[in-house]
Amino acid sequence: MKKKLSPFYIVSIILLSILTIIFIFPFYWIITGAFKSLSDAIAVPPQWWPENPTSANFVQLFNNPALKWLTNSILISGITMILVCATSSLAGYVLAKKRFYGQKILFSIFIVAMALPKQVILVPLVSMVSYMGIHDTIWAVILPLIGWPFGVFLMKQFSENIPLELLESAKIDGCTELRTFISIAFPIIKPGFAALAIFTFINTWNDYFMQLVMLSSRSNLTISLGVATLQAEFATNYGLIMAGATLAAIPIVAVFVIFQKSFTQGITMGAVKG
Amino acid sequence: MKKVNKIRMHETMVSYCFLAPALFFFVVFVLFPMGMGIFTSFFKYTMKEFTFTGLKNYTTMFQDPTFLKSLRNTLIIVVGSVPIVVIFSLFVSSQTYEKSAFTRSFFRCVFFLPVVTGTVAVTVVWKWIYDPLAGIMNYILKGAGIIERNIMWLGDKKYALMAIIIILLTTAVGQPIILYIASMGNIDKSLVEAAQVDGANDFQVFWKIKWPSLLPTTLYIVVITTINSFQCFSLIQLLTSGGPNFETTTIMYYLYEKAFKLSDYGYANAMGVFLAILIGLISFIQFKALGKDVEY
Repeated sequence: MKKKLSPFYIVSIILLSILTIIFIFPFYWIITGAFKSLSDAIAVPPQWWPENPTSANFVQLFNNPALKWLTNSILISGITMILVCATSSLAGYVLAKKRFYGQKILFSIFIVAMALPKQVILVPLVSMVSYMGIHDTIWAVILPLIGWPFGVFLMKQFSENIPLELLESAKIDGCTELRTFISIAFPIIKPGFAALAIFTFINTWNDYFMQLVMLSSRSNLTISLGVATLQAEFATNYGLIMAGATLAAIPIVAVFVIFQKSFTQGITMGAVKG
Repeated sequence: MKKVNKIRMHETMVSYCFLAPALFFFVVFVLFPMGMGIFTSFFKYTMKEFTFTGLKNYTTMFQDPTFLKSLRNTLIIVVGSVPIVVIFSLFVSSQTYEKSAFTRSFFRCVFFLPVVTGTVAVTVVWKWIYDPLAGIMNYILKGAGIIERNIMWLGDKKYALMAIIIILLTTAVGQPIILYIASMGNIDKSLVEAAQVDGANDFQVFWKIKWPSLLPTTLYIVVITTINSFQCFSLIQLLTSGGPNFETTTIMYYLYEKAFKLSDYGYANAMGVFLAILIGLISFIQFKALGKDVEY
């Protein structure tokens, strides 16, 4: 193929570069902002690079229980991830590979529920967790997220690839159902498992609305919620807020960059053919 | 016949054992609250009161000026964001999908970055960017001579909703771009080459060959972007609290205020049900309109 240097090509390269800058800039601004003092952050003209870098923001941040918030975020996302993966891979496997009574109806209900806006059930959900006495604990955020059927749907998509002959021969060899799942099915759906894990972790970390309505005491907040609280309290102390945002963003961006391939695969598989 | 039934029964038993954990959480934490939400939407339900009022919550909604305003704002956000998301992600993907694996992955990362960074972190930095005095938005636009004096992007009703849509867009294109890049990679190359040999120009190749095979992906993107835009909440809560004068209140934000600030649960649930029906209806229409040429 010959390289074309049409005007359209050049315009599109320029446009793409500008967009790239616009998309990266907020991230750059968060991280450099974290090292700006109160007065440097609101200086006009703005400092493109912190001229007097300071760690004061981080000191103040950790005096608020930012470390506690970070731990809560990790716990919530981690536990949700494990439980979602376990329940969804079992359910997705049988939905794809077994023929049983009620299968069609059950799958349709999952699909319909998935299309409904999650926020719609939040109000009754909050009264429910209050009755259960788990409001303002990490479980109030975790348990409702496990019920969300997206994982089941994704794992069903991945499980379609398991060859039936393999399952049959395992049966003939006398494997129990659970044994078959663990040693035959699981190795095949492992990429899907990884995709779902990473997808769930990132989504849970960033599920601000759920955290907002479920958590209230200062020491029980997540890092996102903590940053939002700081913003409400220290409206224009941008340096401090950016330090918080850095702390909220860095771990999750790192997770994404490392597992990008799995994550992308999860998004693409979850989308095709409803 | 008997034997088949017996096998089927056995399969059913096994399957439900495997399904039990997922079903348990689904029934308790999704289906049950959904039922509760619908049920209580027919009640006057506050901290002190719980009386059946029939459809009153629903009729009140359409006489409530704040609700109507938030419905209007929500629709503006949806109509403003969906077409731009589709065009934008189509452009970026078509410019990058043929490049090397490294370049592709670079651009995927760039445009997905705001999604991963998280709503809160993205929103607080944009709040700083939009700051009327210290924000760089005013600084740059003034420097470029586009505006003459500082604008209160989030406090001025002329700009507030637009400012919010811009942030929403930066977080909304990540997933569509990933999907488009993947589906463009699946387009049959021999078809494209055959058309080029026959003398089709780039534009014709796009419309006649690429676009039809991108339709299912486009449909999916339109539907999820619509659903997400309808639920715009965090940006509003963090940036404007619905102000100035309810000019940026969305249905989700109004629902949140009613339920968690004013404890008007019945009314909030009615809004939730209304929103769910509206989203369902619009997705259905989109499927009908766009989906007629789509093969599954």
